[in-house]
Amino acid sequence: MIAETALPKAQKYDDNLLRNLGLVGVLVILVIIGIVTRPELYSDPAWVRNNVLIILQQASGIGVVTVGMTFVIIGGGIDLSVGAIIALAGVWATTLATQSYGAAGMIFTALVVGVAVGLVNGVLIAYGKLVPFIATLAMLVSARGLAAQISGKQTQVSANETINSIATTKLLGIPLLVWILALVVAAGWVLLNRTTFGRRTVAVGGNPEAARLAGINVKRHSLLLYVLSGLCCGIGAIMLTSQATSAQAAMANLYELDAIAAAIIGGTLLSGGRGTIIGALFGVLVFSTITNLFAINNLATEVQNMVKGGIIVAAVLLQQFRYRSLTNLLRRRNVSDKP
Amino acid sequence: MSESAGSARKILTLTDVVKEFPGVRALDGVHLEVLEGEVHCLLGQNGAGKSTLIKVLAGVHHADSGEILWQGEPFAPASPQAAMRAGIATIYQELDLVDDLSVAENAFLGHEPSRFGFTRRRSAAEQTRFILGKLGHPEIPPGRLIKDLPAAGKQIVSMARALSHNAKLIVMDEPSAVLAHDEVENLFRIIRELTAHGIAVVYISHRLAEIREIGDRVTVLKDGRTTAAGLSARTPTRELVGKMTGRSFEYAFPPRVAPDKESSAPEEKRTPLLTVTNLSRAGEFADISLTVRPGEIVGIAGLVGSGRSELLETIFGARRPDTGTVILNGHRITGVGSAVRHGMGMAPEERKSQALLLDEPVFKNMTLASFAGFARAGFTAARDERAAAQRTADNLELRPRDVDRPVRTLSGGNQQKVVVGRWLLTRENNAGGTRLLLLDEPTRGVDVGARAELYQVIHDLAANGVGVLLVSSEVPEVLGLADRVLVMREGRLIHEALAGEIDEDTVLDLVMAGSLMEGEAA
Repeated sequence: MIAETALPKAQKYDDNLLRNLGLVGVLVILVIIGIVTRPELYSDPAWVRNNVLIILQQASGIGVVTVGMTFVIIGGGIDLSVGAIIALAGVWATTLATQSYGAAGMIFTALVVGVAVGLVNGVLIAYGKLVPFIATLAMLVSARGLAAQISGKQTQVSANETINSIATTKLLGIPLLVWILALVVAAGWVLLNRTTFGRRTVAVGGNPEAARLAGINVKRHSLLLYVLSGLCCGIGAIMLTSQATSAQAAMANLYELDAIAAAIIGGTLLSGGRGTIIGALFGVLVFSTITNLFAINNLATEVQNMVKGGIIVAAVLLQQFRYRSLTNLLRRRNVSDKP
Repeated sequence: MSESAGSARKILTLTDVVKEFPGVRALDGVHLEVLEGEVHCLLGQNGAGKSTLIKVLAGVHHADSGEILWQGEPFAPASPQAAMRAGIATIYQELDLVDDLSVAENAFLGHEPSRFGFTRRRSAAEQTRFILGKLGHPEIPPGRLIKDLPAAGKQIVSMARALSHNAKLIVMDEPSAVLAHDEVENLFRIIRELTAHGIAVVYISHRLAEIREIGDRVTVLKDGRTTAAGLSARTPTRELVGKMTGRSFEYAFPPRVAPDKESSAPEEKRTPLLTVTNLSRAGEFADISLTVRPGEIVGIAGLVGSGRSELLETIFGARRPDTGTVILNGHRITGVGSAVRHGMGMAPEERKSQALLLDEPVFKNMTLASFAGFARAGFTAARDERAAAQRTADNLELRPRDVDRPVRTLSGGNQQKVVVGRWLLTRENNAGGTRLLLLDEPTRGVDVGARAELYQVIHDLAANGVGVLLVSSEVPEVLGLADRVLVMREGRLIHEALAGEIDEDTVLDLVMAGSLMEGEAA
């Protein structure tokens, strides 16, 4: 009884905003480091504008994949096969046979391959009762194997101008790839926060038994989550193929780890039931900003990977600290954060 | 019970202990005095501060002020390990055992006998066997995995762990909640054994009858304060309940007009809402047939392990029957989806693990079964949901009535209201709504006040024509609530009677031995 009445009434229980603010803070720090290390570049507004677009463009492919990954993780699963799905979808879409059907045929193929592989993952996990980690690990290995088989381990060049122009087209001064990312993020946000699909995702990930006993078809929903992830990979495959004007079995290497890391530092609970699309987007942006920071300083990628690892650990530690202390602190002061 | 060589010594004394959490004074002046070799019962409603007090003793929390004397010395354990070493062991309600370790490994978890960093498994097994023998359970193999033990066995392992530390005081948080009736007897035997060796027990239970049977003295907490210290365990119920609540009843069943016992009831009320025919699941229950009519409350009495929870889940479609059918309102139930669609709702036994999304707000928990019905073209209608949840929360007198609060922050009784509210809300939302509610242990872990409110809710539901099928370990609850009582034992329904025509002793006899009326088994 007392435990109840003592909480301030206007308390908002949501600390997503706080977490996202933290990630914005990290971005700001990264930009400041950039300004300090390369002041001469940052003094040119045109360069800054261009550099921001480069960062966003680099974030676009992995960003789309991360949206799908975030859904899967919130739903209590994990998808280790995203990089492999992109490779398979990219390779399949750029075979000579597929290319003969034109841009629409290539896009259609990439999306269908993504959805189909997601469907296989989903069926194995939801109905075959395989652990998601194992099922998608197996898929990681075999999808890349199939991609190598199809491509004969060769890099397949895309001769389709429409596909290749996706990466070079700008709309209102902003690259089409960034528009695609924005669209997928917006759609993902709406799907998670405003639809029954999103509500089911949180329920299934948060407490599958409770969801089942409330009449939610947990198996079907888990399956759909992997299909969604596969679809995002199909979109990502087209984006990456367009950027490289080619596809190969080794493309999107380790994307699964980048996507998982971005989702996690964006506040998605690895055990499911909680997470945000905006946080995941910030996670992706933090990573691509770091990459960019190293590029403009002409530093080696080895160091970059070490820094990335450090950032992941720091972000998670920070979140745990914040979760325990900061919310308590806020409660104690009776401060209610704005909705 | 205590051997009391001379006057028993005080082993633990708490004076004016205060513990504050951000914004909450969980303990606000607690006094407690425990004697060597006694069973000291701690009584209080949910939220009275019992859990916090236990955690202070166990070294999980540290008191902000006040004095704790343990064996005459000031006591402020820095950690649970320190408290254990000092001789205070705690057996939590949700047993903190590791499912995939063996009995012996659990008993000595954290202080395994070892040499040069290698565990001495044989020594641990021997010591465990010795302790289990002392507890009267030499039959539990030290090598058996915890997950393969029944609830009662797990509890004994918890006690073995306490003894492996040479505990002088064992705190037991509602140990009987997970036990069946005959297992409680065994628990009491063990407690008597412990106290005979001078070990003191702090015993927490919601059940006054148990306290009367096993307890020596009672301390009552209310709102973080001690309202009565060191009362005799034989203090009249009225007085104890009064100290806990300011009211004076334990089971308070609201008055109720039983429906349609006269033949004058309208025809549609007499045709069964639910018809279960020859339902069986191997190893769980066999050949169950029963009916529930609209507006009727049917209670199933039976021990834990009698198959009652499994039966409810099967009726709800959450388990697939081997044979038999479940018909609700003319529709064959084939799974949870069809059960919910045709108007069945269930409040499962384990609220937290089976019914609630603890981090999600109250309103989303209440609409978990109906949000799709509120939605338009796949888009959720959060505002409508919140409004409907608010109405339901008001009707159920949910405290606090804030539907945006995460369910985790509510007390057990209020969490249960959220689970029940889920199905009431469905009823308001779409025509047809919930016609039949299955309740599995609806008042477990629910305090006296909230309990009475839940009873009222159940009666109101029945008055509105909803059929209720209820399972409870507490026989008075089944008898007080139900119109018709079914007795279940070892997976079979062995007796059926109108609630007014059977008494508690008869039910208990049937439930436990069945010796009395074996011949009447249907």
